[in-house]
Amino acid sequence: MHNEHIEEHFGNRNVVEMNSDYYMVAIEDYPKDGWEKFKRVVRRAFRGELFVGLWVVMREMIRFDIHTVQYPMEKMPIGPRYRAVHEMKRLWESDTERCIGCGLCEKICISNCIRIDTKIDENSRKEVSEYSINLGRCIFCGYCAEVCPELAITHGGEYENASDQREHFLTFQDMLTPLDTMKAGTQREFEGFGAITPHEDERVKKTPLAY
Amino acid sequence: MSKITINIDGKEIETQEGEYILNAARANNIFIPAICYLTRCSPTLACRLCLVEADGKQVYACNAKSKEGMSVVTSTENIVKERRAIMEVYDVNHPLECGVCDQSGECELQNYTLEMGVDAQHYAIKDVSRKDKDWGHIHYNPGLCIVCERCVTACKDMIGDNALKTVARGADAIEAEFKDTMPKDAYAMWNKLNKSLIGLTSGEEMLDCTSCGECAAVCPVGALVDTHFTYTSNAWELKQIPATCGHCSAGCQISYDVKHTSIDNTDEKIYRVMNEWNYVSLCGAGRYGFDYQNKVASKDETAFAKALEAFKKADTIKFTSTITNEEAYLLQSLKEKFGYKLVNNEAKAFQTFLNNYGEISGTKLYGYDLEATHNANFVISVGAALKSDNPNARYALNNSMTVNKGAGLYFHPLKDPVIEGLGKSIMTMYHAPLQEEVVLYLILDLFADKTKLPNEVVEYLASFHGTKTITVEETIKEEITEIVKVMKKNEETGEEEEVEEEKKKMVPKKITKEVEVDDNRLLAILGADEKFMEELQKNLAKKDSFVLIAGADLYTHPNSKNLARLLALIEKYSAFELVMIPNLTNTLGVSLICELDDATGLHTIGYNTKGDFTLSALGDGDLDMPAINQQEGTLTSINKRVNPTNVAIGYNGYELNDIANALGLRAENVIEYTKALPIEKGFQSQEFDSLPNHYENDGTECRGYLLENVAVATSDDESVAKFSNEKLEGTLIYMANPVRQFTPFTSKCTNLDELSGVYMSEEFLSKSDFNEGDIVKVKSASGELVASIVSDNKIAGEIIVMPTFDAKLNSEALFSSYRFATASIEKV
Repeated sequence: MHNEHIEEHFGNRNVVEMNSDYYMVAIEDYPKDGWEKFKRVVRRAFRGELFVGLWVVMREMIRFDIHTVQYPMEKMPIGPRYRAVHEMKRLWESDTERCIGCGLCEKICISNCIRIDTKIDENSRKEVSEYSINLGRCIFCGYCAEVCPELAITHGGEYENASDQREHFLTFQDMLTPLDTMKAGTQREFEGFGAITPHEDERVKKTPLAY
Repeated sequence: MSKITINIDGKEIETQEGEYILNAARANNIFIPAICYLTRCSPTLACRLCLVEADGKQVYACNAKSKEGMSVVTSTENIVKERRAIMEVYDVNHPLECGVCDQSGECELQNYTLEMGVDAQHYAIKDVSRKDKDWGHIHYNPGLCIVCERCVTACKDMIGDNALKTVARGADAIEAEFKDTMPKDAYAMWNKLNKSLIGLTSGEEMLDCTSCGECAAVCPVGALVDTHFTYTSNAWELKQIPATCGHCSAGCQISYDVKHTSIDNTDEKIYRVMNEWNYVSLCGAGRYGFDYQNKVASKDETAFAKALEAFKKADTIKFTSTITNEEAYLLQSLKEKFGYKLVNNEAKAFQTFLNNYGEISGTKLYGYDLEATHNANFVISVGAALKSDNPNARYALNNSMTVNKGAGLYFHPLKDPVIEGLGKSIMTMYHAPLQEEVVLYLILDLFADKTKLPNEVVEYLASFHGTKTITVEETIKEEITEIVKVMKKNEETGEEEEVEEEKKKMVPKKITKEVEVDDNRLLAILGADEKFMEELQKNLAKKDSFVLIAGADLYTHPNSKNLARLLALIEKYSAFELVMIPNLTNTLGVSLICELDDATGLHTIGYNTKGDFTLSALGDGDLDMPAINQQEGTLTSINKRVNPTNVAIGYNGYELNDIANALGLRAENVIEYTKALPIEKGFQSQEFDSLPNHYENDGTECRGYLLENVAVATSDDESVAKFSNEKLEGTLIYMANPVRQFTPFTSKCTNLDELSGVYMSEEFLSKSDFNEGDIVKVKSASGELVASIVSDNKIAGEIIVMPTFDAKLNSEALFSSYRFATASIEKV
């Protein structure tokens, strides 16, 4: 099967004829001896492109019209849908964590960087006992945020995760919105993958809640 | 039953006459949705999803029987409507908490809701408060329960505990309008569902049963969950390792569900044990006793060097039967090469018993197995504490009674309320210890074909028969003539007048009469009550397949040779088929593979038992060995099947094969010996990796292979000795374990929390001066020990049970070899 396909594609191997699938690429001939090589070096070195670049720099320097962001002294605002380091959100009503430990993020993660341990707590509820994301493996695809049924795990704007080693683990507490932020009412909802889209109400089929 | 052809959805399939349509379809890979039906159990008819149209009539596939030429349609417009409505009803008030539910991912409610395309809800009813129940090892969440009653069915029809039943829900009635607007079956199903929940038969707060956990395994939703597993893992994270349970000789197929221990610890851990509950049922030890692995950090080279030295010095290897066939083969090879004596008393007793049995039967092994026992309808058990020796034998007995309208007869000295609780059609006879011979003679007397039985035996049996005159009360119908006054019209005068008329009438009357009946003195010797024969005759009505289960009491009986020969006679000359229960996990395998010796020599290597140098998978020896859940290899089960088992948890230490290699044998892995197992004993030359371990859709067991029942030479001598009149009396002790415990391996498991000690029945404790927790000294002719009293409501009567699962409690020392002994017990 596979072989047939290849044969079909490269069936016409007659390089010389006009109707073949092959054509010649226009490239200049390779230098044949030392003299030709020398001529090519001179031709390429003294063409003047170097000075074009130098001129642009000089011109902009004199104009003082600089667009470069002075990172890290200066930072661009990040869009609300940007997918940087994860955050764990809390419920507005009770300040408790939204995560219910369903494990869907762990399952969907295509780079297999999320792991979650759960247990039964003293109130017989499911509790997340440990949660970790290996940022060395994470490709920031956003699937975890998209699959999360509780809008608990989301991406945040924190993109500065350079460190002296590749693996850098995030734990549950690192990601959780600090209680101060909740008190101040400044937890920001994520608008990217997994967030509730406008007109969501119209798309959901209702179940009768007669009681 | 004959083979017939039926047509399902245009496909011609072959099945047995009278087979349920659902089973016929499943066996042929045709899908009919069903929730409440359990293969091997009686149809429950709770879910009604299996609606099909058979010959134009709507029937339930789970209880409609196939007939020749039947034409079945699995889906019609009406059936699709019904099924969708049924699934909508199941979703009414079902909490949307799949995110935290333990069943999520393997939930039949999720699956069928998706399958039937339920995307909107047309029905509603006020919910009632349904509080969680903690039933000990099981957690019940009635909020998630769909009352399919699969737990109740499994417990009643398979396990026999009858611990669960449906109880009233206390909900409002369904609104009248639904009755007219809803599909008919969906309404009927809702009506029943809305009235019930699952509760405990005992009415107590805590579940008191034999704790097998089968109810939680069969639960299609997250209503019944094993407490130890709650919220520890999602189903999809677990990797299934097909294996064979290593605790008893039943050799049940299980899967160890493993996952990394935690984020910090990537070592594999067993989270739970699952089974194919349609085809195999586990006991509590199989289900909850999974963490008996021997955790070893690394290879202990000094211990290994010492082990090699010990092997060079030793002349005896003493071992238990909790090893694989391959290890048994290794031991036998070592014996052949270096002349070690192999000592394993319990396997030796079984081996001798089988050999004695073979002298008459002409076969190496008993003829039947437990799988077939499920389909019998009259089962006798002799010499086994059935519920603890081999729980699957109890399930087979119970299943044969509940599903095949069968009956059972249980002979044992130890009173057993669990066996009595199996139902009305089980008869129990609690004879004295040592009377097992009389029992077998009685079975011969009652069931054997006397025209074929050896003459001496017939004469001997006849010597116990006489006649006696008994007074029986009988109800007969007697004709009496009554004079009654009736009003009649006088035809001449035309007036009503009273006339006397004679009327004949039959009335029942009780009379007593004296009749001469057969007097069977064997019954009197065993202490049977007078109603025994009458009851037996009643139970024997319409029975046509008979099984005799023989247990471990017989193998170590002082007259075991005679018992073995009697068993062979029963099998040969009566309709009874025979199954024997091997004592431990691989007793059968060991007794086939190893040549065993009686006496130990001067220097002993112990394998899982104490020796001068001890190899132990329990972690308490001089050199560590892997436990069964850390090994690959095969185990020989009671069903004469060589079952493969796999590694669930890694092991870093040395194993027996390393020692054997160092001593000059050559095999990289121990499973290279699987194909070398002795063919002349019935094994096959098969590679380990080619052995299957699963069940087919029609229930066919594809696991390893079946041993061939090799013919052995017989002499024509079929004589059996007369039974001895000996019986044990006085204070009796019995060597047996509580349910869920078998060996020190089960004792190691965290979820099996049975107490070690001297087991006395509640009944006995209430009558005696002893109390639970008292420290007592038990002294027999063979030895003595001191332990505390454990009260057990799973036994009754006065016999005291000495468990062997706790290695620290040396119960074996109290017994010479027979499982019963007389003893004295006093408080200390």
